[in-house]
Amino acid sequence: MTAPKGTANLLYSDTEDALRDSVRRLFAERCAPETIATVYDDAQADFTDVWKTLATELGLAGLLVPESLGGAGAGTREAAVVMEEIGRAVAPVPFLPSAVLATVALLKAGETQTLRSLAEGSATGALAIPLSTPPGAFTATVRVGDSGLTGRVTSVAGANQADVFVVPAAGPDGLELHTVSRAAPALTVTPVLSLDMTRPIADVEFSDVPSTRVDDGDAQAAMAEAQLCGAVLLAAEQLGVAQWCIETTLAYVKDRKQFGRAVGSFQALKHRLADLWLEVSSAGAAARYAADTYARGDADTPVAAAVAQAYCSGVAVHAADECIQLHGGIAMTWEYPAHLYLKRAKSDQLALGAPHHHRALLAELVDLPAS
Amino acid sequence: MTFDEQPIAHDLDARVRELLAAHDPERADPQEFLGARFDAGLAWVQFPEGHGGLGVPQSFQEQVNAALAAAGAPAPEVDTNGIGHGMAAPTIVAVGTEEQKRKFLRPLYTGEHVYCQLFSEPGAGSDLAALATRAVRDGDDWIVNGQKVWTSGAHNARMAILVARTDPNVPKHAGLTYFLCDMTDPGVEVRPLRQITGEAEFNEVFLTDVRVPDANRLGAEGQGWRVATTTLNNERVAIGSGAPREGGMIGKVASAWREQPALRSPAVHDELMRVWVESEVARLTGERLRQQLAAGQPGPEGSAMKLAFARLAQAISGFEMELHGEAGLRYDDWTLRRPDRVDFTGRGPGYRYLRAKGNSIEGGTSEILRNVIAERVLGLPPEHRVDKDIPWKDLSR
Repeated sequence: MTAPKGTANLLYSDTEDALRDSVRRLFAERCAPETIATVYDDAQADFTDVWKTLATELGLAGLLVPESLGGAGAGTREAAVVMEEIGRAVAPVPFLPSAVLATVALLKAGETQTLRSLAEGSATGALAIPLSTPPGAFTATVRVGDSGLTGRVTSVAGANQADVFVVPAAGPDGLELHTVSRAAPALTVTPVLSLDMTRPIADVEFSDVPSTRVDDGDAQAAMAEAQLCGAVLLAAEQLGVAQWCIETTLAYVKDRKQFGRAVGSFQALKHRLADLWLEVSSAGAAARYAADTYARGDADTPVAAAVAQAYCSGVAVHAADECIQLHGGIAMTWEYPAHLYLKRAKSDQLALGAPHHHRALLAELVDLPAS
Repeated sequence: MTFDEQPIAHDLDARVRELLAAHDPERADPQEFLGARFDAGLAWVQFPEGHGGLGVPQSFQEQVNAALAAAGAPAPEVDTNGIGHGMAAPTIVAVGTEEQKRKFLRPLYTGEHVYCQLFSEPGAGSDLAALATRAVRDGDDWIVNGQKVWTSGAHNARMAILVARTDPNVPKHAGLTYFLCDMTDPGVEVRPLRQITGEAEFNEVFLTDVRVPDANRLGAEGQGWRVATTTLNNERVAIGSGAPREGGMIGKVASAWREQPALRSPAVHDELMRVWVESEVARLTGERLRQQLAAGQPGPEGSAMKLAFARLAQAISGFEMELHGEAGLRYDDWTLRRPDRVDFTGRGPGYRYLRAKGNSIEGGTSEILRNVIAERVLGLPPEHRVDKDIPWKDLSR
């Protein structure tokens, strides 16, 4: 087993704090929880403008793209801050599908044209894989034929909002990576009711759809990189979800009175919140370590990502559970935003591999074989 | 390292070279070498000049330790004098007089003075401030009477940090004073306290008319609680300090898994990976805490690390027993041994399992630590304290 090398910086820089402030301000002004809840109903509020502001005005769609390719030339440390804020606001913006999954796949594949349009925010992308795909376990359900791509991919995140799909497809000599325009003929996107409608999924059907092959011969590596980066950054979102849950719960139990005293003065609740705080703090360290190791190109990144996913996803769910239990009845209402966070937390736990997938992967990485 | 820090690093290198040139690290008597190291300001670099340090950031200590270790120099016995290094020294340097620093820090560092902690009592555990050991002024001395308990290493200690009641007529926190007590005083009696592991790492200490000079009083009369709190925060950080990856309890289990394929099964494997992940995350959390505290004093956040450590140690040592199956039915040694150091991961799985039960009790129970986090970190309302304003002598006991 290899020991981690280099010194990880587990704190936030002033620049990162400033970035956090601007993202938090945008969501506070434009993504109020009661507006977000409308995504579950027929008369939906439209958040396209929020995404456009985030992507273009704040210039965050190209965070992970080098400046030479039209991006901001930042890295996962900064992108993680954005994801933390997306989690904290359960913001319905396709940052993960477009600016992370599709972008990193194209970047690693060596594609530049679509990448530029994603980086500048003029187009929104989606990686055509089921959101639940575990790391290293991808099998193509789309194949490359003589007259285009054919096949079906279920549960694709960000498909509804995508202008362009990045599609891993089985070619005659192995996996290939293609781009497909949303406007292409014989492409059908069918939205499905999602547990988390703030990150809606859709099924995507291809029937001889024209496409452009964009990989440089190693589409497998591009997919692995996108999944790895996605795992690293999803942990940051889970941290943000957990932070909202504990902070909101703390404010509530200090205010809510029963038996003539604040319910937060009861030791049964104080101890649960102390334990939860420890978990959320720990998730913060795990998520930050993953973001920092990835940003530094540290060889420990796969271990850091697997640890972060195995740990942070459960913490987000636990924080949402505690948020609901310690609020009591009010948290079961549609009106109170706790449910938005539970739905995001549980969906995030299944996204990019459930915790047991990451533990199994980790076992291989640290030489603790199952049998 | 920043530009400003380079001159410090160079200066330390030069001092290390000078020390090694004057004292052959491989031939010098360890105590003599450590004394010279102390005098050179290389013992605790963050301490003031003349008191074992140079007043530079603590982060430079590692550089000094590494250079001296590479030269084969004797290192201070931190393991056998954990109370001295982790608690007494930081407290002496924080509140001691110049004279006290001069008198006590050097022998502590060289190992001449091993310390133990005379805090807990049969009637004052979690409620430490209720302690009943009395210190009564007699000229230039204090006469101390009482009983202390859970005193690790008292049988090897030359000195003790002691908290005693000097004023029973004020509320409990206000009547305490902190002393450095000489364990060779004829009134000090140390009796082994046998534990569930069979050994006696702890002791009961009976204090009968023990004479403590007022010159050994640390901090003002009545300030003992404040001084003790500084020390306890240090203890919690010391106990909660993270190890390298797979350090501590998880390393034992991981090694067993790798070396004994016969132990492996799918259900147990997922359990193993769960505790591996939690151990790694605890390590990272400790590392991040250290980065956050790098400049300042340890605060209540240290309590969180100790809480995590205790929970994990118990979970993993229990898991380890199940993993070993039949071998878990056996035990290595029930005799009343008196170890000279605390070793949570030493000996066999059975010992580790039993010893870990103390981790959530010693140095602040996990319940008290949860209160500390809830109140001081999360700002939740404090527990009701019915005894807060009542003179200690009037409390029900």
